[in-house]
Amino acid sequence: MTASLDRSTGDDTAMLDSFARRHRFYPFEALPWIVAVIAFFAFSDYLALLAQILATIIFALSVDLALGYAGIVTLGHAAFFGAGAYTAGLLAANGWGEPLTGLLAAAVAAGAIGFISGAVILRTSGLTLLMQTLVVAAMLYELANKASRLTGGADGLQGMQVWPIFGVFKFDMFGRTAFLYCFAVLFLCWLIVRTIVHSAFGRSLTGIRENVQRMHAIGAPVNRRKVLVYTISAALAGVAGALIAQTTQFVGLGVLSLERSGTILIMLIIGGVGQLYGAFIGVPLYMIAQDRFATVDPVYWYFWIGLFMVLLVLFARGGVLGVWARWRDWSKVRK
Amino acid sequence: MSETASAAISVAFHGVTLGMVLYLISVGLSVTMGLMGFVNLAHGAFAMAGGYVMTTLMNRWSVDFPLALSVAVAVVIAVSLVLERVLYRRFYGGNELDQVLLTIGLIFMSVGAATYIWGPLAQPMRPPELLRGQISLFGRSLPAYRTFLILCGAIIVTLLWLALERTRLGAQLRAAVDNLRMAETVGINTSRLFATAFALGSGLAALGGGLGADLLAIAPGYALDNLVYFLIIVAVGGLGSIRGPFLAALVVGVADTAFKYFVPELGAFFIYALTMAILLRFPNGIFGRT
Repeated sequence: MTASLDRSTGDDTAMLDSFARRHRFYPFEALPWIVAVIAFFAFSDYLALLAQILATIIFALSVDLALGYAGIVTLGHAAFFGAGAYTAGLLAANGWGEPLTGLLAAAVAAGAIGFISGAVILRTSGLTLLMQTLVVAAMLYELANKASRLTGGADGLQGMQVWPIFGVFKFDMFGRTAFLYCFAVLFLCWLIVRTIVHSAFGRSLTGIRENVQRMHAIGAPVNRRKVLVYTISAALAGVAGALIAQTTQFVGLGVLSLERSGTILIMLIIGGVGQLYGAFIGVPLYMIAQDRFATVDPVYWYFWIGLFMVLLVLFARGGVLGVWARWRDWSKVRK
Repeated sequence: MSETASAAISVAFHGVTLGMVLYLISVGLSVTMGLMGFVNLAHGAFAMAGGYVMTTLMNRWSVDFPLALSVAVAVVIAVSLVLERVLYRRFYGGNELDQVLLTIGLIFMSVGAATYIWGPLAQPMRPPELLRGQISLFGRSLPAYRTFLILCGAIIVTLLWLALERTRLGAQLRAAVDNLRMAETVGINTSRLFATAFALGSGLAALGGGLGADLLAIAPGYALDNLVYFLIIVAVGGLGSIRGPFLAALVVGVADTAFKYFVPELGAFFIYALTMAILLRFPNGIFGRT
């Protein structure tokens, strides 16, 4: 660091250049969006599923932000997903079906829960933190389960009425509006997350993940940053939950379950953690496979996805992106 | 006797029973986490396996209760030894996320396998003739099987603690938990110790799963549904501790039963809130080393 300070201004601009390069949009980053547009036209019978995939990618992105960048191992992100889903659901079931304000309310509610719980639990680490994230989700699950007069309990929230977007675009039965709605929201969320991880704040998160002591030593406000990123991540997860609630017009207790926290982790790992694009690979892979196989027999599905996880951890660490990076390095060395 | 006092005794009785079962299952988890630094979320699957083997032997082949239970424990120990060698040991002290993923994968596999073999319904557990019905004790009538559970639990706990304090293996275990590298240096074969501790923990889990089959129903979702309880006990009791989880299990058992009895509209909420409060005050558990 001292060396770069001593250098002439020419080198400083070189450094700034390298910073700017990191922000630059690469052609490959357009790929997910092109694929999504193609899918919209090519698989018009599956738009409902595709919309769910897009919304779940937001959820995976939110987990990636906390886990992949800040290194917060969480088994309770369903808490925020579910909080968002119930916020949007309750609004729509009680006479306010405007979707965009519903999303905003969900983000605020989930973010608030993320902020409060984060401020309390992020002081711990390791297994204790894992437990705390789990317990927060379990508490919300129990609340939603017992407040059945409000949430419908185990039967799920019935009677949601979601109004047309901007008062114009009605949610149709083919899921066309749902798809475009999720597409737009995902794009926005992706821009936000991308900006965050490339910012100085995002860099300091990586620093916290890699070496907390050193970040403390250089005077970074470690705890405040962790709480901040946890809050942002929670709000994003809330948006994802709200999207799924609004497009399916239903909220069940499953949105808060441990299973949900576990599977989103699995989806993200399949794609690759901490690389921003893992979510875009893992979620579609998992959800399309689930749609193909789980509807036939959910029992086998659980067994095979479990086996797949074990094999992934044993032989293919880093998920698809990790394997891809290793293969690229390997082929480079061979040349 | 007044209504409330009677209810309180009943709650305490059932709470202690639940606590005993939870302790038997969780103590192995505490050792795995404290000794090997491994977050074994799939630990409950061993308890479930024990329960399944036992109930199947009893219901389908009408094997005696004690024999069925022993076979169940033996089978689970054998399976756990293989798993330890093939899978678990690669991840000791390693990346937390890898461990979480590996063991969530194992949980899902256990859910799928159990549904495939035994179907989605819970397995009925019929205690042997001798332990059915009620017995009268101190002028009260108590369910015989639950009384037996408490007795069993107490005996096993005593044996376990004696073994830890008085045997060579116990001393090695304590040494390794305190300082793993030092224990290696003085010539303790830690690799074999890990395998033994793991097998012992799994065997105890199978014992707990079998004994407690009518408290924690033996169904495919077992490992996932009860995971929070096992983890709470370990985290609150303190990693690597044998005694901490006992107290924690009793507290969780009694508190959970009490809350569900007196304020059923809030269910398990209190127990989670309590856990959170304890962990914030004692991040390493009540008996954990700091």
